[in-house]
Order: sequence, then C-alpha cells, then structure tokens
Amino acid sequence: MLEIKDLVVTYGAVRALDRVSIEMPAGSITAVLGANGAGKSTLLRTVSGLVRSRAGQITVDGRDVGRLPAEEITRLGVAHVPENSGVILELTVAENLRLGGLWRRDKAALQQQIAAMYELFPLLAERRGRVAATLSGGERQMLALGRALVGRPRLLLVDEPSLGLAPRVVAQLMGVLRRQRDEHGLTVVLVEQNARSALSIADRAIVLNLGAVAADLDQTEAVDERLRHAYLGF
Amino acid sequence: MVRFLNLTLSGVTSGMVFATVALALVLIWRATRIVNFAQGAMLMVTTFLAWTVVQHGGSYWVALAVALAAGLVLGAVVERIVIRPVENKPPLNAVIVTLGLFVLLEAGAGMIWGNQPHSYPPAFTIKGFTVGGTRLLLSPFDLFVIGAVAMVMVVLTVLFRRTDVGLKLRSAAFAPEVSRLLGVRVGRMLTLGWALASLVGALAGVLIAPSVFVGPSQFDSILVFGFTAAVIGGLDSPIGAVVGGLLLGCALSYVSGYLSSDIVTLGAFAVLIAVLMVRPNGLFAVTTGRRV
Repeated sequence: MLEIKDLVVTYGAVRALDRVSIEMPAGSITAVLGANGAGKSTLLRTVSGLVRSRAGQITVDGRDVGRLPAEEITRLGVAHVPENSGVILELTVAENLRLGGLWRRDKAALQQQIAAMYELFPLLAERRGRVAATLSGGERQMLALGRALVGRPRLLLVDEPSLGLAPRVVAQLMGVLRRQRDEHGLTVVLVEQNARSALSIADRAIVLNLGAVAADLDQTEAVDERLRHAYLGF
Repeated sequence: MVRFLNLTLSGVTSGMVFATVALALVLIWRATRIVNFAQGAMLMVTTFLAWTVVQHGGSYWVALAVALAAGLVLGAVVERIVIRPVENKPPLNAVIVTLGLFVLLEAGAGMIWGNQPHSYPPAFTIKGFTVGGTRLLLSPFDLFVIGAVAMVMVVLTVLFRRTDVGLKLRSAAFAPEVSRLLGVRVGRMLTLGWALASLVGALAGVLIAPSVFVGPSQFDSILVFGFTAAVIGGLDSPIGAVVGGLLLGCALSYVSGYLSSDIVTLGAFAVLIAVLMVRPNGLFAVTTGRRV
C-alpha cells in the first residue's frame, strides 16, 4: 500500500530523515514512535506532500507520489491529520467536516459520510453549528479525524492525536482507528509519543531515532525491554 | 433637519462606494494577507475600458458588463503573474510589488488614454427627488448605486456562506496548508479570490466615475477612502468593510456640509484615528486564540 524507499529529507544542513525505508501493507496500523525531533512528523509531512524529499521514493499503491503537490496526493485517497488537529478554527464543525469530502464529486455520498461521522462522534453532531474555536482539545481531534474519514481515504496519516487529551478520549480515538481498519481495510500510520496507546492498536511499530529507523518491530508485544527503555520511555 | 437628512443621504451613497472598494481590499487581505495598493489603479483601468465602450456608442449596461468582466480577468491575471511570486514572502515584497503595479497601470493608462480626465455618464438622472417641495440629495442614480452595491454584497455573502466554492475560498484563506491536505486547490482559490475582489473594485469604479471623472489618477482618493473604511472595519471583516464605508461616507459628508469641503481628507484621518484609539484592531476584528 505505502512504500517508502531510501527517503532523505533535509532542512538546511540538518538531515531530518536519513535513508528511511518502510513498507506498510494495506489494512495495517503502523505506529511510528520516537522522541522529539526523531523525524516522525517529517515522515508524515513528506508522504502527504507538504515537504519535498531530497532523495528516495514514496509510492502509494504502486504510484510514485514523491513529486505530486499535497492536494493531488489527497485526491489519491491519502488523508493526513496534522499535529494539533488542524481543524480550521474560524469554520463551524459542519463546514470542517464537509471540507474533508469536497474533493470527491459525489455529493450524495458526501452527505452519507458526514451523517456517519455524526453517528461515530455524537458530540460533533450536537456542536455542528458552532465554530471549531469553541471546541475542546478532544473534540477538535474527533473533528479532525472525522473530517479525514469523510473523504473515505485508503491511507490515513495521524500525527500525535493523543497530545494533551484525557485517557478516555484517547481510547475512543484509538477504537475508531481500529474499527476503520477492521471494517474498511483502512491503512493507518500513527505517529505517537504516547507509545502505550499507539501500541495498543498497532500491528507493528517503527522506532525512529535522529531521522533513521532504529527498530522495526513486527510483533508489538515483543518490544524488547532495553529498546522500550531507550526509545519509548516506559 | 432637512440639511442633516440630505447630508446623511449623500453620505450613505458615497459610503456605499467606499464600502465596495474596502470590500475589494478585505477580500484580498483575507485570502493572501496582502494590502492591494494597486486596487485603485486596477479599477481605473477597468473604468477606462468601460468609458471606451461608451465613447464608441455602447450602452451604459454593456460598458458596465465590460468593466466587470475585465475586472474579473485583470484580478486573476495580476494574481497569477505579479502576486504569486511574492506570496508567502516577507510582507514588504508584496507592498512594493502592488505599489509598482499601481505606478505601472497609471503610467500605462496615461499613455493609452491620455492624462485628461473625461466625464462618465450616470445610469440614471442625478437630479434629486423632490418631496413636498424640498429637493433631496438623493437621485435615481444614487438609488441605483446603493442597490447595486447591496446586491453585490448579498451575492458575495451567499457565495461565501452558502456554496462549496465559498467554503473552499474561506478555508484556503484561513488555513492554506490544512486546506491542501483536504484536497483544496489553494492556488486556484487565491486566483479566484483576487478575481472576485477585482470585480467588486471594477463595480466601484464605474459607480463613482460620474462624480470623480475618468483619468489615470482620478481614483487615487477612492483607494485612500476605501482603505480607511477597511481599516475602520478591521481589514479582516467584510461586514466591517461595509459598516466602515458607511460610517466614513456619513462622517465625510457631515464634515464637508457643516465645516468645509476643503478638510474632507482631514476628516477621514480624524475618523480613522478616533476608531483606532478605541478599537486598535478595527470595529469588527475578531481575536481568536490560535495555537502556533
């Protein structure tokens, strides 16, 4: 589904990603873990086209997306929930949701998707007419996730959804991701500092350290003690 | 009392035109965080085109349509060719570029059409209505101006609030990066935003032309008043632009009626300073906390 090969991203003299290679099969949830500055967000931003790579290849379903602009990558079915949710504060909940699926021409299906999201997140339904600036952190994450799902993506990139949220909300969000994978075959790349919650749903974990893959763990239960201590902090 | 009423009526009419120019500036500011100092020169060019149509025997309405269409095209072309390279660059770059465009357009218009101001016909008579033997400072043409501007405002509001294109325009303006992640073609939206703003400006040009005449630098003061109105309203708010325009129009009308028409510009500054002292961000500025 998503194939990353020898990806190099630089910010000036700094190598944010250094020959990263990862393959993610369809319908899998991959947790990307690592400390601040490890290159986790850069990885997502490069896949979704916000950051240009210096070298390497990114293919989605066999199609090279490395040189496509972000809006065209989205139209291939890649959704990216950025750090801090990225909800547009000036727009209402309903407008934010609608935006997520506007690029699809099928307006009837869009209505259905929006209704499905209101079912998934009843809180959003109650607040549909309010501007997003009035939402709490958890509600914003729900809105951001719902907005991404409205476009019926095949690949979902989520950047630190649990940041600053109550454990109950985090569990709800993780549950939604798991169900999307199980029911719709969604492929998820989940960047997290909160390793525990990410590992609770991930099929596989990748640990980034200083821009390079430090560990690629197929079986998340088997996270080695030392590794856990060194990179994950628990 | 009649005098006050008359001054108010004439203030509202000119205020509507200021509001239109202010709206053109606000639309661009919201979309690209650029103050378009070339707006006055752009609407001068479109008004000259309309004037040329009238000179060649075209009707008022054909000329108006030509001006509006030219405004749409000019706005899009200016964004694509002149503004695109300075978007997301230090703000001073855009200031210099729009000022340069202003000089270029005025000089170019002088070479094509000459520097003499020309008269421009109104759509309807500018003779005021008479009520009970009193002549009002409100003519059928003034009513047309008010109606046309009000209609444009309604259309823009519906476009921005009720349509998917409007939603995309707003999202591209508020959060360009996130919008791209949602599949919005932000570049196209910016072009469309400039085109719409320039269309609104073109309307203002044709409406004000009968009173200021058509010449390369005849519309400079309109830009100053429009900018003042936009700042009074908060630069970010379309409603603020309209209210700012009306406030300014009335204030200037009272200044010229009760004091002296020589100090009208001074009056504009007085209003601007007074508003900014009370509300430094303008009357309709919304301060939303943003995480960065």
